[in-house]
Amino acid sequence: MPDNKEQLVVIGNGMAGVRTVEEILKKDPERYQVTIFGKEPHPNYNRISLSSVLQGNTEVNDIILNTYEWYEENNITLYTGDPVVAIDTEKQTVSSEKNVTATYDRLILATGSNPFMLPLPGADKEGVIAFRDIEDCETMINASSQYKRAAVIGGGLLGLEAARGLLNLNMETEVIHLENSLMERQLDSTAGAMLQEELEKQGMRFHMEKQTEQIVGKDRVEGLYFKDGTKLYADLVVMAVGIKPNIDLAQQAGIETNRAVVVNDYMEANVPNVYAVGECAEHNGIAYGLVAPLYEQAKVLADRLCNEASNASYTGSLLYTQLKVSGVDVFSSGDFMEGEGKKAVRVHDEFEGVYKKVMVKDDKVVGSVLFGDTSDSPRLLDMMRKEEDISSMSKAVLLPSEGADSTESPVLSMAPDETICGCNGVSKEAIVQAIEQDGLSSVEEIKKHTNASRSCGGCKPLVSDLLQAVLGEEVTETQVEPLCGCTAMSHEQVQEEIRNRQLTHPREVMNVLGWEHEEGCTKCRPAINYYLGVVHPQTYEDDDRSRFVNERMHANIQNDGTYSVVPRMYGGVTDSEQLRKIANVADKYEVPMLKLTGGQRIDMLGVNKEDLPDIWSDLDMPSGHAYGKAIRTVKTCVGEDFCRFGTQDSIGMGIAIEKKFERLNTPHKVKMAVSACPRNCAESGIKDIGIVGVEGAWEMYVGGNGGVDLRGGDMLVKVESGDELLDIMSAFLQYYREDAHYLERTSHWVERVGLDPIRETIIHDLDTRQFYKERMDHALANKPEDPWSTLTHNENKRKELFERKAVELV
Amino acid sequence: METLQGKKIYIMDYDELEPHLSKEVLVGEQSIAVFLTEGEVHAIENNCPHKGGPLSQGLVSGKYVFCPLHDWKIDVTDGVVQGADEGCVKTFETTVEDGAVYLIYS
Ligand code: SRM
Ligand SMILES: Cc1cc2nc3c(=O)[nH]c(=O)nc-3n(C[C@H](O)[C@H](O)[C@H](O)COP(=O)(O)OP(=O)(O)OC[C@H]3O[C@@H](n4cnc5c(N)ncnc54)[C@H](O)[C@@H]3O)c2cc1C
Ligand code: SF4
Ligand code: FES
Repeated sequence: MPDNKEQLVVIGNGMAGVRTVEEILKKDPERYQVTIFGKEPHPNYNRISLSSVLQGNTEVNDIILNTYEWYEENNITLYTGDPVVAIDTEKQTVSSEKNVTATYDRLILATGSNPFMLPLPGADKEGVIAFRDIEDCETMINASSQYKRAAVIGGGLLGLEAARGLLNLNMETEVIHLENSLMERQLDSTAGAMLQEELEKQGMRFHMEKQTEQIVGKDRVEGLYFKDGTKLYADLVVMAVGIKPNIDLAQQAGIETNRAVVVNDYMEANVPNVYAVGECAEHNGIAYGLVAPLYEQAKVLADRLCNEASNASYTGSLLYTQLKVSGVDVFSSGDFMEGEGKKAVRVHDEFEGVYKKVMVKDDKVVGSVLFGDTSDSPRLLDMMRKEEDISSMSKAVLLPSEGADSTESPVLSMAPDETICGCNGVSKEAIVQAIEQDGLSSVEEIKKHTNASRSCGGCKPLVSDLLQAVLGEEVTETQVEPLCGCTAMSHEQVQEEIRNRQLTHPREVMNVLGWEHEEGCTKCRPAINYYLGVVHPQTYEDDDRSRFVNERMHANIQNDGTYSVVPRMYGGVTDSEQLRKIANVADKYEVPMLKLTGGQRIDMLGVNKEDLPDIWSDLDMPSGHAYGKAIRTVKTCVGEDFCRFGTQDSIGMGIAIEKKFERLNTPHKVKMAVSACPRNCAESGIKDIGIVGVEGAWEMYVGGNGGVDLRGGDMLVKVESGDELLDIMSAFLQYYREDAHYLERTSHWVERVGLDPIRETIIHDLDTRQFYKERMDHALANKPEDPWSTLTHNENKRKELFERKAVELV
Repeated sequence: METLQGKKIYIMDYDELEPHLSKEVLVGEQSIAVFLTEGEVHAIENNCPHKGGPLSQGLVSGKYVFCPLHDWKIDVTDGVVQGADEGCVKTFETTVEDGAVYLIYS
């Protein structure tokens, strides 16, 4: 009964506090009535993933760790957007800004940190911010649509993450760093220089050994002045110089603090029944700023709160960092600097951009730095944890992966008790056990069951390799045709990497996958842009700068640099009003030619670039996408309403199909047709999808093509109901969208994968049909709006793409 | 354009340029494509040496623009056509002062 439950109050709805509650619920779900206060107006989210939110590719919803339902299901009282403002340790109560008072039997302080803001003149100007929470992300994303030049103060982990995000938001990004080497707290100068070189390639610019003296501007920031007299223009300044444990509340309540709230080995503060966990806690003189140690603390604290007799204690954490700044794998642990009594083993491969250094003291590994290839990190950490005596080992054994078969995953040679997920402390054997016992078959499931890869996600590739090893799936490597001259990888490999590594931005793809020409070419850029859109239908923002001219301008370019305009006429049906509008536009803009297309609509040829937006707005008709790798036309024949042979309403069906799928991006253009009898006046036999009505049923043909490689479509299925026909079309198109190479027409795709597997997937197996159909529904729900009306209403884009500036000569 | 010799002509604000996109400017009769690559401003004739494609409409990658008509690859910093194709487009000297972009006719 709730009455006799003890009251547990948690201040701070962040990563450490909520993890502690999760651990408690695992051990003894009945013991406490839990109340959580959070200052932010959100449920607990993954702060580490803010970097990907900043890049605009992940939405806030995707990084929520505990949904509101979770709190409800576990009977937790949650106050969000309501910080605690006072603690009374005598009466054992806390009170919040909105005047909620809660009594506690136990109180956990989990208030995290605040970003440290340099007290510079001008630091209070508009446009000077930190990078800590969702609000900061939103500020930066908004700023990027209005401003162009960002300066990040601080070349540490957080600063570089912020800079990377700002780059992806298409801002010119400058990083200012006080030291002469990046991330000097985690990297030695060699690795720091390699990181800098790599990031410079990605477009970041660095100003090293610069001390900011003043931030200038009217209301909003306009620039920075440095001590050495130089200056820099910037309209957004992100300070990422460090964090300060958030302890004001504890101090006011008379709880002992130093840098943070001082706790003992049981996470107890010096006041009875008060505990602290996370970045606001200081253990043995150390306040940690990474999640792995905080989660270890959470475990110990939960133990303590569920069982007073437990002697599980916290003895401090090994410090290490594993991170990926867009494609660059970096690992650093322990005491990695050269110094007295220490010796180093180094590998430095300047061709591959790999650097590894292991520091040894008294025959034990005490620290390491890995750059470019971090596959040795679990083993090195393990050696450090176990304080293994390495005097009998050959030094080459410390970094064995050099000689080893590089295609073999390091996970295979790991010992069962080695940790795979550092953030959550999940070992190899725990994952293997979960896969076997719970019959798991995806990384997503493993994440749910074991927490592995739930935080920073750095271990995902290892988890996925392990999954494959356990399930014994065969992976055969064959010689592949590269996607283009910028890479040795095939279309499939690139698609797979985008899915597996959850890549979200074209530049990130090229970086992570080691593109030879860093900004790609006309072959790969549009392909990557397409693949990203299919994998992240909801969040990916189409990169129009990676599209061919026709798709960027939403019109077909002609040999003299003018364009043609083809408005949509659903099913090839028009009316007098549309014709009148077209005629008026043709007169007003002096369109040189009007022509009927092979796709049953009207083309206006020879239009000047700068007239396009006005023409679209005068026409007020949707784009026909005659230029797109997208759903094109649905040709129809007259059908049963008029034709003496017609068996079905081909016009109605054609219009329904076109309305359902219009605007959808596809690997290549998709043309369709509906005829109402086998005479096939709409040429259904040579369309990507051709429908032929027969008495009481519809036949569906796929893979037809009337172009370069003439090919008659294959009959896929015959169904009676129009709804089922639309479902099968959905499934077929989605399968094609996810599986085909970019620029592969259905005719070539059907030839390559074979009709039988397609029939198996889409027709026979109702589960996979449903699977693809649902994914199509999702894609359709996230379809872009009509581009013509979007562009005419977007002043910036109009200027950016269609303006032709005439300069006055004086 | 003889009359322009030695002249410095304001064409636009630096802010109007976007990386990976080009802006077309008409100076008198001459169409010029202006690019912002790696922080620098470059201007070339908006006319592909192959068949006159408008280079301002091409896909930009690093310091190269790919012609929108038949995919010729051109270095925007010196106007030289890359790879197996041959040719060169005229380039114009530019300068940026106080956020304004100028063409310099030498
Ligand atoms: C306007 C139109 C010709 C016409 O006046 O009728 C047309 C015009 C172009 N076609 Fe087409 N095609 C047109 C119907 C067709 C048809 C017939 C049809 O759709 O019923 C075909 C053969 C059927 C097919 O695709 O299976 C056709 C097969 C092609 C191909 C070859 C495709 C293939 O897979 O082999 C290309 C090249 C490409 O897409 O890569 C192409 C490419 C083009 C482009 C877009 C060339 C380009 O990339 O710039 C032409 C633009 C000309 C311009 O200046 O605007 N066009 N094209 C037709 C527009 C139909 C519409 O309303 O959208
Ligand atoms: C952009 C970014 C990237 C990062 N990347 C990594 C990484 O790759 N690896 C890694 O290990 N770590 C990373 N970190 C650090 C990691 O996110 C933190 O160490 C971790 O979130 C700390 O957890 P916490 O619970 O102590 O604090 P928080 O998660 O900050 O939670 C504290 C919460 O308490 C709230 N609060 C404060 N005062 C009150 C009050 N009076 N009343 C109610 N609520 C209050 C705060 O608003 C906050 O929501 C990153 C951090 C950031 C910002
Ligand atoms: S057939 Fe198509 S691509 Fe060829 S010239 Fe005619 S319109 Fe152009
Ligand atoms: S006109 Fe430029 S490539 Fe043909």
